[in-house]
Amino acid sequence: MTINRREFIKANAIAAAAAVAGVSVPAVASNLITSSDITKLKWDKAPCRFCGTGCSVNVGVMDGKVVATHGDIKSPVNKGLNCVKGYFLSKIMYGKDRLTTPLLRMTNGKYDKEGEFAPVSWDQAFNVMAEKAKDALKKDGPEALGMFGSGQWTVQEGYAAVKLMKAGFRTNNIDPNARHCMASAVGGFMRTFGIDEPMGCYDDLEAADAFVLWGSNMAEMHPILWTRLTDRRLSAPHVKVAVLSTFEHRSFDLADNGMIFTPQTDLAILNYIANYIIQTGRVNKDFVSKHTNFRLGETDIGYGLRPEHPLEQAAKNNGKTAGSSTPIDFDEYAKFVSTYTVESVSKLSGVPEHKLEALAELYADPKIKVTSFWTMGFNQHTRGVWANNLVYNIHLLTGKISTPGNSPFSLTGQPSACGTAREVGTFSHRLPADMVVKNPKHRAIAEKIWDLPEGTVPPKPGYHAALQNRMLKDGKLNFYWVQCNNNMQAAANINEEGYPGYRNPKNFIVVSDPYPTVTAQAADLILPTAMWVEKEGVYGNAERRTQSWYQMVEAPEGAKSDLWQLVEFSKRFKVEDVWPEELIAKKPEVRGKTLFDVLYKDSSVGKFSLDEVPEDRLNDDARDFGFYIQKGLFEEYATFGRGHAHDLAPYDRYHKERGLRWPVVNGKETKWRFKEGSDPYVKPGSGWDFYGKKDGRAIIFALPYEPAAESPDEEYDLWLSTGRVLEHWHSGSMTQRVPELYKAMPDALVYMHPDDAKKRGMRRGDLVKLISRRGEVQTRVETRGRNKPPIGLVFMPWFDASRLVNKVTLDATDPLSKQTDFKKCAIKIVKV
Amino acid sequence: MKKFNLAVIASLLVLTVSPIMYSLNANAADKETVNTVATLRDHTPINVQKEPNAIPKVINKDIKQGRNYPMQPPVIPHTTRSYEVNKNNNKCMSCHSRHRTEKSQAPMVSVTHFMDRDGNFLAEVSPRRYFCNQCHVTQLDAEPLVENTFTDMHSLMKAKAKSKEH
Repeated sequence: MTINRREFIKANAIAAAAAVAGVSVPAVASNLITSSDITKLKWDKAPCRFCGTGCSVNVGVMDGKVVATHGDIKSPVNKGLNCVKGYFLSKIMYGKDRLTTPLLRMTNGKYDKEGEFAPVSWDQAFNVMAEKAKDALKKDGPEALGMFGSGQWTVQEGYAAVKLMKAGFRTNNIDPNARHCMASAVGGFMRTFGIDEPMGCYDDLEAADAFVLWGSNMAEMHPILWTRLTDRRLSAPHVKVAVLSTFEHRSFDLADNGMIFTPQTDLAILNYIANYIIQTGRVNKDFVSKHTNFRLGETDIGYGLRPEHPLEQAAKNNGKTAGSSTPIDFDEYAKFVSTYTVESVSKLSGVPEHKLEALAELYADPKIKVTSFWTMGFNQHTRGVWANNLVYNIHLLTGKISTPGNSPFSLTGQPSACGTAREVGTFSHRLPADMVVKNPKHRAIAEKIWDLPEGTVPPKPGYHAALQNRMLKDGKLNFYWVQCNNNMQAAANINEEGYPGYRNPKNFIVVSDPYPTVTAQAADLILPTAMWVEKEGVYGNAERRTQSWYQMVEAPEGAKSDLWQLVEFSKRFKVEDVWPEELIAKKPEVRGKTLFDVLYKDSSVGKFSLDEVPEDRLNDDARDFGFYIQKGLFEEYATFGRGHAHDLAPYDRYHKERGLRWPVVNGKETKWRFKEGSDPYVKPGSGWDFYGKKDGRAIIFALPYEPAAESPDEEYDLWLSTGRVLEHWHSGSMTQRVPELYKAMPDALVYMHPDDAKKRGMRRGDLVKLISRRGEVQTRVETRGRNKPPIGLVFMPWFDASRLVNKVTLDATDPLSKQTDFKKCAIKIVKV
Repeated sequence: MKKFNLAVIASLLVLTVSPIMYSLNANAADKETVNTVATLRDHTPINVQKEPNAIPKVINKDIKQGRNYPMQPPVIPHTTRSYEVNKNNNKCMSCHSRHRTEKSQAPMVSVTHFMDRDGNFLAEVSPRRYFCNQCHVTQLDAEPLVENTFTDMHSLMKAKAKSKEH
């Protein structure tokens, strides 16, 4: 039925007339409810559930439901703004298919790998899980157990998981999805500076004169940082923006110098800039001589594929020495980069010479404060650690670092990739506060804080993300728990590794998720999970800002937080079930106790009573366990970093602040690290102090351009890049359930150049197959969308559960960071 | 004169999607029904590809859509194909800016858009709000795969007001 405006007003006029005539209209019939006890919303702050920007969001609750969200005016990160995803946070918890009961594959009432999913109780679910875990332990030891976690876990969840896996089950087979996202950034930081995470902060956005985006589509992936960058560029006309990518995207809308380069040649462009700085005499010699060392890195390091792959057979240095380097001097370094001339690099990369020179000048000109941003273009790269090292080189050669606006800034993908994955150390090789399992001193520190006997934490790094899928397929990893991610959709090479791995009859796969995802579908047991403000937690964003939130609403009945699941599961194991007798003998008082007692309740985790939980606050997890578990986990974890340049404030303070950037020393946050005056850890009189290295010097690395793992050839004649879109968070498991976001971007299309389509007899909207050596996926052609690839390259996002582009991608990784390159493989496209 | 399409408004309030099933009653011998919980895959097994539907069209009816809560950025009720929004030009502002709305009869950008980071009002839309497409999106004519049970605060308030009457 359609009515026009006049008719609409007429229909409403009757009610209005009654009101004017003084007729008492019952409140329910009145068109505006004004009574404050009815209209009142309970507002509280929480970090956004999505990306690594770490916007603060005001969450409005009424009658136990989230009914509104908006950008937090008090937050220095976003000052009242959200992106379109953030504005729709209110709806992410309310998809109709929320899981509310554990589902187990069964036949005739018994677990069966080939059975149908059927509801079971939590008790039954944990019984089967514990049985499977104990079987695997008994048969093949701790290495048969593994966990895949998340940069979307809260800090407390990540910490509880690390403790359960590394100390409880004594396996290092725990890795986060942040391996797909930030591992190369971590590798770059550790290699150049000896300490993880950016030296700068978002305040650089208002201070810089130039911005360079290296493989980062901030306009879509970090929209609120993009608003700050746009604000700076447009309000201060001298500011310049350079954007580099393998295809044109929305960030080019603001670019003064937009550059499309041939995949992988970013390495050569970075070396060219270093060469340009040297050739034009703009090296900051004082800075370089006082604060840097030069080293020549190992080359020909392979592509992180299975050892039998021809590329690994051909690589000379893909073993333990891949990350090694030898000292050189400035002259040797200058000679190394001298072959990267503007002519040769322009030819290799396809970027015109004048554009390369304009880019290099932004770095070389001592008067320009320059901030470099990068995300997955650098990190998802088979030479990702190198790319990170090389961008630091150019900031170090010019001394443009750690001062406002001079900032090499690695942006984070996930809301707590920094806070949980990196700082807590949920990686297969790591421990909290940048420590590693290989180092006996680091293990001893962890064992001391955890009050566990020497030798509890195993020294051998565990299986990283890509290796976990391979080990599942090979039947070496038999009990596997996936929390807070959708890795069947997210990981590369589903057909050859992920899917056969999960479905291998030797393995038992548990997936915890609020929704029935693709990964849940591949599981044997699905656990219904509470999310976001249905629990209390802490996230850490890309600028080292730690932010907490309270539980604001109840989870749907039956759904439990990841934290509750981890800790509750630990009750199912006696120490004798998991530790050998000789370890127990070193601390006999643990005999007969459960892992819950030893790791949580009786450790310092259990020392904060429920009295500290504000009475008017929900906290289902704490009340269930009988102590303020989130505070206990946070405070115990914080002891790792306090006094070691990773200082966190007391837990309660975070509930009062819009986050604080660590190190927090004497109650004050740190904006720029490594610079005297802004970082309390810098030695007085040093100016700059890269204290992650023993001699306080950062390293400038000589590293070459090396080709990609797979490049187009005659048959597979196109590059494929995958990635995200503005409207969807990662695999879309939350945002595809928000109707407005779904309708804004319902399907993953393949974006291609009109000439590439024409050449293949295709038009926009045609049904096509993307085919690689590993698999195929069907979708529709888009030739006029927001992404404009050059001839020879196509882009397809991975958010779409119904069109799994990772059936096509290659699971090649950076051999140093073990991070997959999702940006480059060779495919062909045919009409269906 | 603009037409109010009540059917569109009604469909916003009541989204209809078939209930979720876990294929609990499926015949165990029928392996096709195994592995099919993922609703966003329309219950298709992981190793099977369902034929992708055609690209839906952008809804271009110029009919304002209701908001889920007051702070929600309105969705765009018209196509924006070939709208340039870049550092030289902002096509959206040619209708939605303050001094163009009299002619265009388009809604004026919200007053919040004139505020800088510190909450001061500027004489023109703040550059931090320059790229409209970061918050405002068009809607394609596609049926959501899963119903959303989000509750409008208005329905909660109405229920409470009603219960007070009694």
